[in-house]
Amino acid sequence: MKPVRIRDFVPLLAPLLLMLAAAPGLAQETVDSEKAIEQYRQMLKEDPWSNPAMLDVDRGEQLWKTPRGPKSVSLEGCDLGKGPGVLEGAFAELPRYFSDADRVMDLEARIVWCMEKLQGFDRKELVTKPYPKGGSPTKDIGAIATFVAYQSNGLKISPKLEHAKEKEALALGEALFFRRQGPMDFSCATCHADKGKRIRLQNLPYLSDPSEARKVVGEWPAYRVSSSHVMTMQHRIYDCFWQMRLPEVELGSDVPVALTMYLAKMAEGGEISAPGLKR
Amino acid sequence: MIRNICAAAILVLSGSIPAFAQSPEVSGDRVQAAIKASWPNQPPEWQSRLEQDETMRLCSQYRNDPPSDVAEAIMARERSNIKYPADGKLMGDWKKGEKLAQSGYGRRFTDYPPRRENGGNCYACHQLAKEEVSFGTLGPSLLEYGKIREFSEADVKAVYERIYNPQAFQACANMPRLGANGHLTIEQIKDLVAYVMSPDSPVNK
Repeated sequence: MKPVRIRDFVPLLAPLLLMLAAAPGLAQETVDSEKAIEQYRQMLKEDPWSNPAMLDVDRGEQLWKTPRGPKSVSLEGCDLGKGPGVLEGAFAELPRYFSDADRVMDLEARIVWCMEKLQGFDRKELVTKPYPKGGSPTKDIGAIATFVAYQSNGLKISPKLEHAKEKEALALGEALFFRRQGPMDFSCATCHADKGKRIRLQNLPYLSDPSEARKVVGEWPAYRVSSSHVMTMQHRIYDCFWQMRLPEVELGSDVPVALTMYLAKMAEGGEISAPGLKR
Repeated sequence: MIRNICAAAILVLSGSIPAFAQSPEVSGDRVQAAIKASWPNQPPEWQSRLEQDETMRLCSQYRNDPPSDVAEAIMARERSNIKYPADGKLMGDWKKGEKLAQSGYGRRFTDYPPRRENGGNCYACHQLAKEEVSFGTLGPSLLEYGKIREFSEADVKAVYERIYNPQAFQACANMPRLGANGHLTIEQIKDLVAYVMSPDSPVNK
């Protein structure tokens, strides 16, 4: 992996990001910041190293390679599906079935598994308060996920869906996508099953339509300007459940993994451009 | 009509819902097990949020597009749970309604203990007053809703009922059953009715 040394450039980014993160009190500002983010996305295409999320790719790489945890070993022996330590292209085929765990796991569930089994971390601690508050950097699992996802950048989303449990996870994810629950009667489909809709001024992707899913699913993990940190897919789904007035869903558990499988299937063939940049 | 009878007969004969309306490879038990594993050890108030009532269950099963006999049963049931103000007055204070229409606060897991009243969050999905340009489009525009309907009594009542329980009008509507689900009080719904239907409200200016 090429070493990333972009810390020196970050001060140059700060004013632009502050501008992007300006309080969206007025609609015009929101529209303007959407435009500014679109310009910024274009810049990122020309210079991917200007995405602040690359700091977490860097940090994630260090976390991956450094002996840590009660057993003081690195994650370099972690099997993400393509063999121990194989990083390139691993994320593109997740979620997948892992026979050692006898379940389907997405990237973050698998990282937790490796941190527990290889490094000896306590699983319960890893999945308790796993996401950062607004303004705080993403936690270790998020940084590692960002690093691993980056190793599939440019590849196509290609879930295998060969094992029976992978097929079951897809069917489960689809059922959950349309499942209405909670005091607002919401399902994922309430907001994500039609074209061209918005919440306030925020555009909503039509995630059960492959042509739209392919454009957006591969951008996660992404640097989220409004909360100034990297947000992973698990965190994104957790935040949707917050908005749906459901309790806090556990990181790497069956529901978010199955939904991630459904999204991966909908987005199959879409390009991975992680870490992306979001409002 | 004949089609409905045929569909009903198939339902009875097969003892299950038509294959097109359900996910092919996953059972209800599997969904329940996944939910249990993903939200372990919830206190009762939160656990109940993961459970579905009959309307949610049918709308999920039919992906919000139930056959007409099911839709009619849903609408009848939902209509029966609408409660009205004791004094019969359906319009409150549009200024309070405006604040409620703007507020998305309430019942998210970060909203406890409550710091203010639940909001209606109407602007997340609807256009209302024309000066508020930050509005969503999941629901129809309600710009000049009352004015277009000449502020009729019948529409005042219909708006009250639609906010209290939109599924009384449209089975599996996307909109939350704000009154029936206890998210808003009768007084709050009256204020929202005034915001939509009062001639003085900016929605109708």
